[in-house]
Amino acid sequence: MTDINRRKFLKLAGASTIVGLLGGWKAVELLAPGELDAKYLPKPEALTAKRWAMAVDIKKMDEDTAKKCIEVCHRIHNVPDIGDPRREIKWIWLEPFKNAFPGQHQEHIAERLKEEPFIVLCNHCDNPPCVRVCPTKATWKREDGIVMMDQHRCIGCRFCMAACPFGSRSFNWGDPRPFIKKRYPEYPTREKGVVEKCNFCAERLAKGLMPGCVEASDGALVFGDLADPKSEVRRVFRQHFAIKRKPHLGTNPQVYYIV
Amino acid sequence: MVDKSNKVINALKETGFFKPRKIYDGGKVIVGIIILFALVAFPLLYNMGKAAKVPDPKVNTPEIQKLPEKERVCVEPKKYMTENHMKLLNDWRDWVVREGSRDYIGFTKKKYTMSLQNTCLECHSNYDNFCNECHKYAGITPYCWSCHVEKPEEWAAGKLKEEK
Repeated sequence: MTDINRRKFLKLAGASTIVGLLGGWKAVELLAPGELDAKYLPKPEALTAKRWAMAVDIKKMDEDTAKKCIEVCHRIHNVPDIGDPRREIKWIWLEPFKNAFPGQHQEHIAERLKEEPFIVLCNHCDNPPCVRVCPTKATWKREDGIVMMDQHRCIGCRFCMAACPFGSRSFNWGDPRPFIKKRYPEYPTREKGVVEKCNFCAERLAKGLMPGCVEASDGALVFGDLADPKSEVRRVFRQHFAIKRKPHLGTNPQVYYIV
Repeated sequence: MVDKSNKVINALKETGFFKPRKIYDGGKVIVGIIILFALVAFPLLYNMGKAAKVPDPKVNTPEIQKLPEKERVCVEPKKYMTENHMKLLNDWRDWVVREGSRDYIGFTKKKYTMSLQNTCLECHSNYDNFCNECHKYAGITPYCWSCHVEKPEEWAAGKLKEEK
């Protein structure tokens, strides 16, 4: 290229300008709004987090408050009240300490807690065994940590129920609709043959609302982003000692109990 | 050519297969055949000349009437919705449940919340004269309605009879 002269240089420069313009124009076409516009997007008011977690403040969570939480949750999700314990459906319920925390039942620590029923729900584990066993990916862990259920995909094999060490999942042995006492028009019901459980009110978070139980709990339930040091849950954890259910199983529950 | 075919016919005759024979219990067999034919043909004959009513989904619900004439459009153009609403609903399902996105931008650039029970049925509150009008005609029973409530307000008020 040592014998390049003025004329050759100008020719080359002109040719490359034309090629560049053509390429540039294609880029403009590609980036122009239109077909490539997103047709769907999250609501701007949606609550988002890197890792949702809940803390139950046992001192504030008396039985009345717990019952209020359960009532609200089951009403806004059309959870049926079947009565028969073998067929019951539950998203959030009460459990005595020794059942909620087996192996942590120490005589004197437990004295105060012994009589108290504990509010329990799906722990939205960080390492959820239910997700690992689901053959259809009907249950999976969202990026924000919520262990979700897609009722459309559930085939009712109940592997997840066998895998869950907390009994958080219920199976619809029959059509639940006749057993729904208070019907809520904004949420679908389930049908015969699917598994269901707490979804951390994903449908409310998407609308910018806190979970139903948290709203009904008068501060006994704290909900927030574990990855955000300024969040309410992190503030509570800085001040109090919290335990998790069955930590030795390694599922890493994300519902904490402040005792 | 003719010789050849005659040969074949003769050969067949020799087998004795085409010899006229008596049908055992012939009367009963023939009556049986007639009954079978009548049973098979009955639905066809019964409905002959009667065309099924062409579906005419109604869009005159109060919610739609409230809108000014120009804004009486669905999330996508009518033709697209008629042909592809099931695909759109499948997409909505995946985007909402699996991706957590809840807003949809329609062809008029208006934002809609993706929800069968809360958004679609808000305008199309006449399940019997809208959804079911075509579904019945086409003979399909989509299983949307085993979970999603087709008449949410009536259902919540306890006015809806449990059919299933």
